[in-house]
Amino acid sequence: MAEFNIDERVDITDVVCPTTFVKAKVALEELDDGQVLSIRMNDGEPVQNVPRSIKEEGHQILKLNENDDGTYELIVRKVGD
Amino acid sequence: MAVDYAALKKGGFMRQKQKNNFSLRLRVVGGNVTAKQIAKVAEVAQKYGEGYVHLTSRQSIEIPFIKLDDIDEVKAALAEGGVEPGVCGPRVRTVTACQGSEICPSGCIDTYAIAKELDERYYARELPHKFKFGITGCQNNCLKAEENDLGIKGGIKVAWRESDCIHCGVCLKACRTKALTEQDGKIVLEPEKCNFCGRCVKSCPTESWDCTHGYIVSFGGIFGNQISKGEAIIPFIEDHDKLMAVCDAAIGFFKDNANPSERFKFTIDRVGYEQFEKAIKNAYYGEKEGE
Repeated sequence: MAEFNIDERVDITDVVCPTTFVKAKVALEELDDGQVLSIRMNDGEPVQNVPRSIKEEGHQILKLNENDDGTYELIVRKVGD
Repeated sequence: MAVDYAALKKGGFMRQKQKNNFSLRLRVVGGNVTAKQIAKVAEVAQKYGEGYVHLTSRQSIEIPFIKLDDIDEVKAALAEGGVEPGVCGPRVRTVTACQGSEICPSGCIDTYAIAKELDERYYARELPHKFKFGITGCQNNCLKAEENDLGIKGGIKVAWRESDCIHCGVCLKACRTKALTEQDGKIVLEPEKCNFCGRCVKSCPTESWDCTHGYIVSFGGIFGNQISKGEAIIPFIEDHDKLMAVCDAAIGFFKDNANPSERFKFTIDRVGYEQFEKAIKNAYYGEKEGE
């Protein structure tokens, strides 16, 4: 998306719960405070639950976009080091 | 003198197969037991039982193999640790609860506070048959509210607050009942589809929902020899005092109408659902509107 500068991308469509969140969390840990991560995830449980888990970790959710292939892209700003 | 088994059962002493041995049920509220209580229970189980306890299906603790002759001594010992015997038989049983909003991220209500209140209000009250309360914090229903004679499930009634919304779209997907859609830049809620789960609120990055926490109360659940799911009459009770009024009305209806050894569901079925519904609506809306 043009409206956000994406620093890193991670694809969690190849794993299932709870590894989906773990993989996203590990990717966020690699970033610095304020950097933006794009997370590609499947429809269903991942898109229903992963955004909330990331919110509960204290990060800032910016946008959820639906991709043409039925997957979703969650854009998150890292909060904290 | 003959042993009064009914009195012992009322006092939480459950007769075992083994002659003069009792499994002592303890009073537990909302599934919480303090470290001090556990220590005393362990001591009593070691000294008077066989060194173990049994966890019941409804969050109580039982100490098996308590001897008839030791009963008074065991009660006194337990009292030192703030532990009371529980109850069995035709009365209000252990009030069960999940961890609720004080502990669990999914919780919508403080289940333990409600459990304590119900326990103080009703525990061990004499009725025509057993009566079970269960309180669960949210739609995940870890505590299986609808299998109780009276089940309480926490929920959140939501209203979208446009000023704080960043239109990220997360709530649209977090909602499992498809109650939310985005139309012309606005989040639209279809109230008849909302089950008050609060997932939109819990996932929203900007807290752009006005929330009213409340209770979904089900009646007539049973999960023993017969199985039936409790049903709600009032879709969502916001007010705590009205919750208590509805609980009073339900238990009052049971006391006034049940035959001995008849579970709540069968009293409702026999007397008539409409009449029960009227009693609950009267308690909730007040006499006039409920009629």
